[in-house]
Amino acid sequence: MNENIYLPHIMVIDKITVEAPGVKTFRLKFQNEEEGKAFQFRAGNFAEYSAFGEGESTFCIASAPTRKEYVECTFRHAGRVTSGLNRLEEGQTMGFRGPFGNSFPIEEWKGKNILFVAGGIALPPMRCVIDNVLDLRDQFGDVTIVYGAKSVADLVYKEELAEWNQRSDVKLVTTVDPGGETPDWKGEVGFVPNVLDSVAPNSDNTVAVVCGPPIMIKFTFPVLEKHGFKDENIYTTLENRMKCGVGKCGRCNVGKMYVCKDGPVFSKVQLNDMAPEF
Amino acid sequence: MNKLQERATDLLKGGTVKLIIGFEQGNNKIRPFFCEKPEDAEKLIYSDDCSTNNAVYLTKKELIGDNKIAIIATYKEIASIIQLNKENQIKKENLMVLTVDKDGDVTELTSFEEMEKFCEENTPAPDPVVAALIEKIDKMNREERWAYWKSELDKCIRCYACRAACPLCYCNRCISEVNCPQWLDPWKSTLSNIEWQINRVMHMSGRCTGCGACAKACPLDLPIGILTKKMSTDIKEMLGEGEGGNVLSTFNPNDKENFIH
Amino acid sequence: MEKYIIKTEQIDAWLKRIIESVPRVLAPVSSGTKTEFRRIKSPEEVNNKSLTTTVSAKAAAFPPVETLFKYQKDGKDTTLTEDSFDKYPETVLWHARSCDAMGFSPLSAIFDWDYKDNIYDERRNKLTIVTFACNQSDECCFCTSVGGGPGNVEGSDIQLTMLNATDTLVEVMTEKGQKLVALLPDIFQPLSEEVDKEAVLAKIPVQFTKEEIKEHVSNAFDSPVWKRQSARCLGCGACAFVCPTCACFDIQEDAHGNHGRRLRCWDACGFSLFTQHTSGYNPRPTQATRWRQRILHKFSYMPERLGVYGCTGCGRCSRACPVDMNLQEHLISIANSNHE
Repeated sequence: MNENIYLPHIMVIDKITVEAPGVKTFRLKFQNEEEGKAFQFRAGNFAEYSAFGEGESTFCIASAPTRKEYVECTFRHAGRVTSGLNRLEEGQTMGFRGPFGNSFPIEEWKGKNILFVAGGIALPPMRCVIDNVLDLRDQFGDVTIVYGAKSVADLVYKEELAEWNQRSDVKLVTTVDPGGETPDWKGEVGFVPNVLDSVAPNSDNTVAVVCGPPIMIKFTFPVLEKHGFKDENIYTTLENRMKCGVGKCGRCNVGKMYVCKDGPVFSKVQLNDMAPEF
Repeated sequence: MNKLQERATDLLKGGTVKLIIGFEQGNNKIRPFFCEKPEDAEKLIYSDDCSTNNAVYLTKKELIGDNKIAIIATYKEIASIIQLNKENQIKKENLMVLTVDKDGDVTELTSFEEMEKFCEENTPAPDPVVAALIEKIDKMNREERWAYWKSELDKCIRCYACRAACPLCYCNRCISEVNCPQWLDPWKSTLSNIEWQINRVMHMSGRCTGCGACAKACPLDLPIGILTKKMSTDIKEMLGEGEGGNVLSTFNPNDKENFIH
Repeated sequence: MEKYIIKTEQIDAWLKRIIESVPRVLAPVSSGTKTEFRRIKSPEEVNNKSLTTTVSAKAAAFPPVETLFKYQKDGKDTTLTEDSFDKYPETVLWHARSCDAMGFSPLSAIFDWDYKDNIYDERRNKLTIVTFACNQSDECCFCTSVGGGPGNVEGSDIQLTMLNATDTLVEVMTEKGQKLVALLPDIFQPLSEEVDKEAVLAKIPVQFTKEEIKEHVSNAFDSPVWKRQSARCLGCGACAFVCPTCACFDIQEDAHGNHGRRLRCWDACGFSLFTQHTSGYNPRPTQATRWRQRILHKFSYMPERLGVYGCTGCGRCSRACPVDMNLQEHLISIANSNHE
């Protein structure tokens, strides 16, 4: 008999990190060790996270598949479920269903340079890939990360940012929106697409991964095009509203493409062919 | 072309209005019609069988935008327009209200005074079926009444056609959709179906114009129209005709309840 | 397939035997002006004259609300329990129509796409469908235009066709159907000569083909037709909730302190908040985009991705719509349109 696809794994919250105002990262471990051992995922996969009593919410898996002892998720508390998650403490239990969806074709990228462009709360879906790439660092060319948020306080993963900044094999450019800087801010000031333009990324043998709010993505694509990036080398993730995560509840489709099954990772070539409703 | 169609053609041709919300013949019933082109004006009809309340479209920004529009109004639309105006939901300068009399003559009502007068002179006779049902339920004891509503509202599938058809249910986020906190269980169950109707009717108290669009829209033909009807009657009895307006949000320092002080 | 003849007057005796033998029998029952599938205790409750119920038969396998699992929180710990499948009763759906039976094929396609939905599957497997071929129809019916018909047997375990005042044809399609026949075998006479079933069926003219609709709508994403057709749509969920193939659902929490249930309940793509993100951004911000989703899902996305169309031509949506959004009329207009 098949299993109940709506029944979550029970996870223990191992560690909570406050990333930014309203933004937390949960490190989760499977309560049932056997389930944990059997669990596998790929960079880009998403999952359904439950606060029992409030419901389920969809986020990407923010940790890298190369780090097997745990899974992490990062969320901003905004609605009913994320507020419920926000109230949970270390040691408490929550639900986890996944992994779902497709993944970044990291195998195909080996030997290439990688440019990561992220905005705001969209660094988590990308951290999974960044860590995956950095854990296999010698198999890739140059790694450049351009990351921006509304203000200095809103930048997430400050520890990782500091760590990436220290590394000589990673070029990290951080930026905040005009007005979001603090007196001791040493990064850039400006919107992500403009800062990306001034970074003047080299498109030769390079893959660009873009994650951010729809408006940022809209203005970032032309910049990449200007610097010679071809559509087949540009990837992004779509984050439509979902309930089931498994192609049934009928919410996440963009035309005939289902974000939960065909995505969440799409190449720009695919996006060009997709119905304009995302 | 009849006088209505001629007037509509003139209004659209001359660019006086961008859109006329009226009625057309549908499949065995008369239905709302959005007339944007002069050549479509001949589809416009008007009869006693125009049963939907088209004032429901007046708060839909995506349909009317900031354009000047006309609405072919029966008593129902006019009563709703008056109430919508009290609630600041209407841009009067963008709305032309047209009525059609029994001879087919078209008259524009240019002010709310004229609309009020129209309503006074054209108040429809109470629906005997509705009146009889209210009387029947009034005679029931508490247990019988509870059993009646439980059995009727158990059938509700929560499609919210009652809400969608009501010109005064224009909230962007209905209380049934608010989930922080979750006021109502959003799934079909006898109790939450009843709660939904109670909420709907409470929010209509003192505002409902009695058009019956909620009941007409119900695909299961549930007697939900009598809830708002009865509420209106009770409020008039208890609070008088007064200024009208939303009973839930109307208060007075002289109110006898002390929570207001 | 096996064919029998049964005396029409004996059908009730057979139904009585079925009611005695099967835990749940659902059949059209009238109350007020409407007829719906309800659980029956005796054959007399059935409205044999009803053409279609307001709400389709899909609830027999996909109820308006059902439990996915229960949770119990205890300190930091949480325990989850699933409903036993014994709770789902063996069910006979009696006096359904061909358009009801056909609807379970698209439902199954959705629920078993890649990930198998064992809750739906279990309910569906426990369902035996007895259809009555239609000898009448109304102006909303268009089953013949989407590949069905008043005597179509797809999805039925048994189909009965009233041939004349006394005799009824019984077509038994499946083992499940055979089991029902076996409950009162003596009343079924093997068919001795061919009968003309078609002659007694309702005549429902073909207005278009579903392939034609698919071809037209698949390239019409940007067409002005969606805005024009949806102008009067009020954005309620009546069409989706009465539809035999609409499967869109919501997942909700029925919380009571430290315990509760996670539920699945019907939802509708016509609701304005259906796809709205928590941020307020909505990829389908207007009724026109939501109407387009409804039609494209049924006539383009489903056939392309699942190999099955999401419409059986039952006409329920058209009958239920408060503003006469008549699906047949809109499809005819799409079929006759050149790509706008």
